[in-house]
Amino acid sequence: MPERLGVRDHVALSAMRAVNAASRGARRGDGTVAGGRVALWMSPGLAAHLAADREIALVSATNGKTTTTAFLAAALRTAGPVATNATGANMLPGHVAALGAARRAARAVLECDEVWLPRVLEVERPRAVLLLNLSRDQLDRTAEVRHVADAWRAALGGFDGVCVANADDPLVVHAALDVRGVAWYAGGLAFRADAVACPRCAGRVAFEDGGWRCTCGFARPTPAASPTDDGALLDGAALRYTMGLPGRFNHANGVGALLAAVRLGVEPAAAAAAIAGVTEVAGRFRVIDVDGVRARLLLAKNPAGWGALLDLVGEGDAPVVVAINARVADGRDPSWLYDVDVERLGARRVVAAGERWRDLSTRLFYAGVAHECAPDPRDAIVTAAQGSSRVDVIANYTAFAELNGSR
Amino acid sequence: MLRIVTVYPDLLGTYGDRGNGLVLERRARLRGMPVELVEVPSDAALPVADLYCLGGGEDGPQQLAVHRLDADGALRRAVDGGAAVLAVCAGIQILGRSFPGPNGDRVEGLGLLGVDTVGGAARAVGEAVVEAGPPIGMLSGFENHAGRTIRDEGVAALGAVVTGVCNGDGSDGALQGRLVATYLHGPVLARNPAFADWLLALASGEAALAAIATGPAEELHAERIASARRARR
Repeated sequence: MPERLGVRDHVALSAMRAVNAASRGARRGDGTVAGGRVALWMSPGLAAHLAADREIALVSATNGKTTTTAFLAAALRTAGPVATNATGANMLPGHVAALGAARRAARAVLECDEVWLPRVLEVERPRAVLLLNLSRDQLDRTAEVRHVADAWRAALGGFDGVCVANADDPLVVHAALDVRGVAWYAGGLAFRADAVACPRCAGRVAFEDGGWRCTCGFARPTPAASPTDDGALLDGAALRYTMGLPGRFNHANGVGALLAAVRLGVEPAAAAAAIAGVTEVAGRFRVIDVDGVRARLLLAKNPAGWGALLDLVGEGDAPVVVAINARVADGRDPSWLYDVDVERLGARRVVAAGERWRDLSTRLFYAGVAHECAPDPRDAIVTAAQGSSRVDVIANYTAFAELNGSR
Repeated sequence: MLRIVTVYPDLLGTYGDRGNGLVLERRARLRGMPVELVEVPSDAALPVADLYCLGGGEDGPQQLAVHRLDADGALRRAVDGGAAVLAVCAGIQILGRSFPGPNGDRVEGLGLLGVDTVGGAARAVGEAVVEAGPPIGMLSGFENHAGRTIRDEGVAALGAVVTGVCNGDGSDGALQGRLVATYLHGPVLARNPAFADWLLALASGEAALAAIATGPAEELHAERIASARRARR
């Protein structure tokens, strides 16, 4: 690949590889962020240089960005090698690591943190952006979601590449509405509460008949792609496929990736087959064995993610372990538990776990959901099973990571 | 029948404060008190109630909530008629005379509570502990706001800050008649069962509430206060 790398960039990349190797050796994660940080410090222009002459697609959202990045990468891989930040290191250091590690790939699909998106758009000048949803998340450390939507909108002002965006999320539509040639898909909206106040006026957005509109005229655009019971409707043509990952939200995110891949020139049937073939992404939906119990790992970090997963676990009858931590990566304020309809767990056997199991237990108590408590998530899985061989585990970020790290 | 209204959870539900109404309803029900909890979205009229709960919201929705409440008029009439209000975070600012809008301009609140809120230097984010004195005692919560609230002379605070920022002058919230205000999320009534019961007594007029066992809430309260103390050391 013709890259515009200078001497400084090459030195920085060598240093990055050394740091990552050392970091992996010290078993401190896979080291992509640490190495990327060092490299960016040594060569601040490295991200832009690595991105130049490469076709980059960014995937950003509050929820589903890691999985959807895997979908889009799989679809684009049908047409050649693709670099990607598969571990979810989704800010510039992670991007540098991903691009630096796959120098020969002409294309890259990069998951991008939603707050970082404006900066990354400016530095990497991507060929495509895929925008899924915006809702409240970790309010103690990220901006209020409306500010994020406004920042997206400002950053997308001069964007002239492929923009694919979710027509069902008013905040996403607000951000992408004026992008020339934007393609909409019906991505659904798991959590409406953040979209009720119109982002364009002081009015109230009304949701009805599968659509939404405000009295100011701001309304759901017509999607070019929508999920169907047996695949998707894409530019008026039916595509049939069955997703390898469960849940309506994965299906809808897959349709977004499908539309983006097709707009980037991939043949629709090949893209759909590749997306349907994804079965596990960074441990999400992975099944681990804990003392003979098969535990399915489900990651939910905020009310919107929870809503989607409660739909999913509601399709079965396995006991449920809920594990919550409140470290920096989780958001230090677990008040959002009261935005989750945990009442829906009432018919199941439920065990509260994680470092903030008391917050969870109090939430379940006030919801009238009978439950047991076992602070250690692995103990909780065994407690929950009680004769059942399968357990669903819904965990937030660090609680999930701990279980996913255990083999 | 004790009626509790959660005001506009679609606008003022960003920080989980919807839980406050839920906690009050459940604690009343556990005592066998007749109670009704109504969550009223911003496109509906507010009914008459004994207690209104207002929660935190983002800047734009907060302004929209003031417009709606002003046009609706029911909250103003209810407060004049002696209803109790629990106002959390943006809720304080809405009840007060003024608060900073999204662009820093001065926006008028409902003017029911004798406070003004101005922009703060830095956003106050983190665990907070407030000493509210008997019978409420220590309050634990999580604060997340940019505004600093100035009370009129004669308007009492809800309590004194032990850790955190809250109003910005060493006090938290306000107490004026039956208006009760705090910066604490958590939700504050989920983390502080004694505060919930105090409010329940205030709204219902029942001086002596029956004792109930609510194990996890009591334990959570103790654990959060202890954790904030450890963090301070």
